[in-house]
Amino acid sequence: MATQHSRSAARLMMAPAVVLLLGWMLVPLTMTLFFSFKKYLPLRGGDLGWVGFDNYIRFIDSSAFWPSVQATLVIVGGVLAITVVLGVALALLLDQPMWGQGVVRILVIAPFFVMPTVSALVWKNMFMDPVNGLFAHLWKFFGAEPISWLSEASMQSIILIVSWQWLPFATLILLTAIQSLDSEQLEAAEMDGASPVARFGYIILPHLGRAITVVVLIQTIFLLSIFAEIFVTTQGSFGTRTLTYLIFQRVLESQNVGLGSAGGVYAIILANIVAAFLMRIVGKNLDA
Amino acid sequence: MARSVTPQRKAFNTAAAWAVGLLIFFPILWTILTSFKTEAQAINDPPLFFFFDWTLENYAVVQERSDYMRFLWNSIAIAGGSTLLGILVAIPAAWSMAFVPSNRTKDILLWMLSTKMLPAVGVLYPIYLIFIRLGILDTRSGLIVVLMLCNLPIIVWMLYTYFKEIPGEILEAARMDGATLKEEILYVLTPMAIPGIASTLLLNVILAWNEAFWTLNLTAAKAAPLTAFIASYSSPEGLFYAKLSAASTMAIAPILILGWFSQKQLVRGLTFGAVK
Repeated sequence: MATQHSRSAARLMMAPAVVLLLGWMLVPLTMTLFFSFKKYLPLRGGDLGWVGFDNYIRFIDSSAFWPSVQATLVIVGGVLAITVVLGVALALLLDQPMWGQGVVRILVIAPFFVMPTVSALVWKNMFMDPVNGLFAHLWKFFGAEPISWLSEASMQSIILIVSWQWLPFATLILLTAIQSLDSEQLEAAEMDGASPVARFGYIILPHLGRAITVVVLIQTIFLLSIFAEIFVTTQGSFGTRTLTYLIFQRVLESQNVGLGSAGGVYAIILANIVAAFLMRIVGKNLDA
Repeated sequence: MARSVTPQRKAFNTAAAWAVGLLIFFPILWTILTSFKTEAQAINDPPLFFFFDWTLENYAVVQERSDYMRFLWNSIAIAGGSTLLGILVAIPAAWSMAFVPSNRTKDILLWMLSTKMLPAVGVLYPIYLIFIRLGILDTRSGLIVVLMLCNLPIIVWMLYTYFKEIPGEILEAARMDGATLKEEILYVLTPMAIPGIASTLLLNVILAWNEAFWTLNLTAAKAAPLTAFIASYSSPEGLFYAKLSAASTMAIAPILILGWFSQKQLVRGLTFGAVK
């Protein structure tokens, strides 16, 4: 049992981490809130006074706002759909008995360890380039006209790149979840004559429910703020300007800090809505 | 896992899994292959797979022209430094939460996690401004601190879940034998916790190595790590496929190798214990 002494020692040991994270959270957040109510243009006059909710209204009113929300949702939704569906399929496949399972696992997981700038550039130049890219060769081989991927099918291209990066994550987590499934249950169902489809629909999928939720929530948080993939490919053009990228442009490119900060507050609110769901699941698991 | 299947079924599984695995791995394989080609061979029509004149020239050129070693060193210093610093701060915190839990421990853990959910872009300007004022823009130490703070919640969580698995009775026994808090941590807890600390270290080095928001926005020439170095290939150097591939291969090789060792910890570290 913990004594009074060890309790206060424990509090002391927690202090550095708590204080650091508290500062990391509160200081920039307060500053963002502060700037969001100001007309603040560092390169064109600096601090031009308080403007109330002006920035919040102007950020939403700007013609770039709704397209950026749409781009964000399409990318997040597209990547989630692809990674979850393919992730379940791949996890089921990798769970089967086979030769060289360890090596296949390594091959499948590898993209997750590739830094975002590398994967974006490799895909952009070596696969999606309309002249020298592999896709162009493949299209020509089948007698089709090569596509200029990142301008003509920009969203699909970004979704493909990001899905490739995140599929390993989804697969790995779903595979872990499948492997925790009691195989006797499956065998019993099989003996009772349940078809593979029924076994999947009534046993495996319900068992995966929570893992899928976790994959969706964690990926959503990371996908809402993808940056490098757009930064090195389209730079936000061709309809790929996400909310994150729009805020980045407002703050660092056009140096309209007030406006960008208001956008930042919107992004924080959006992320917190998703985070709230994730925290509830994680919290429940802590009790168990 | 002792399911018995027919050899045909197993052969089919094997073929299907290998096909999918190779397809997913292909972009990486292609990058590695291309890095050994000459520029002309790299854009040859039709594409060359294995039968070309293998050369190491690109690696030499990349190093010579762009001073690759400096970026590599920045990456190592930033990823390693931020992780070590984070672990130093996190060990006492995780220790106290795992062994001296109070009724607020759960709330504190969840709150720490919630700071990780904050979108970086929301605080981009404040951090940028603080960096300018403190004169640490484009310095390694600035990035070490920011990435440490970014990953601190994950580090605390991972360590917490590992520490939780150490039986508390052993610590109590040590305490009964008169070990001080310092001795308890140093001689009892640490040896048992080393595997967990090592996996935490590994995963967080990977995360910091690949971090590509702060490293792109807070560095310029001096402190730029490999993420920013590769981004500079965006144009027009990116058209030199063989050199781009050599640079990319060098940037990802160390972490691919580390990553393969850490695949088991990956699930635990990134789902915060929600999937086991």
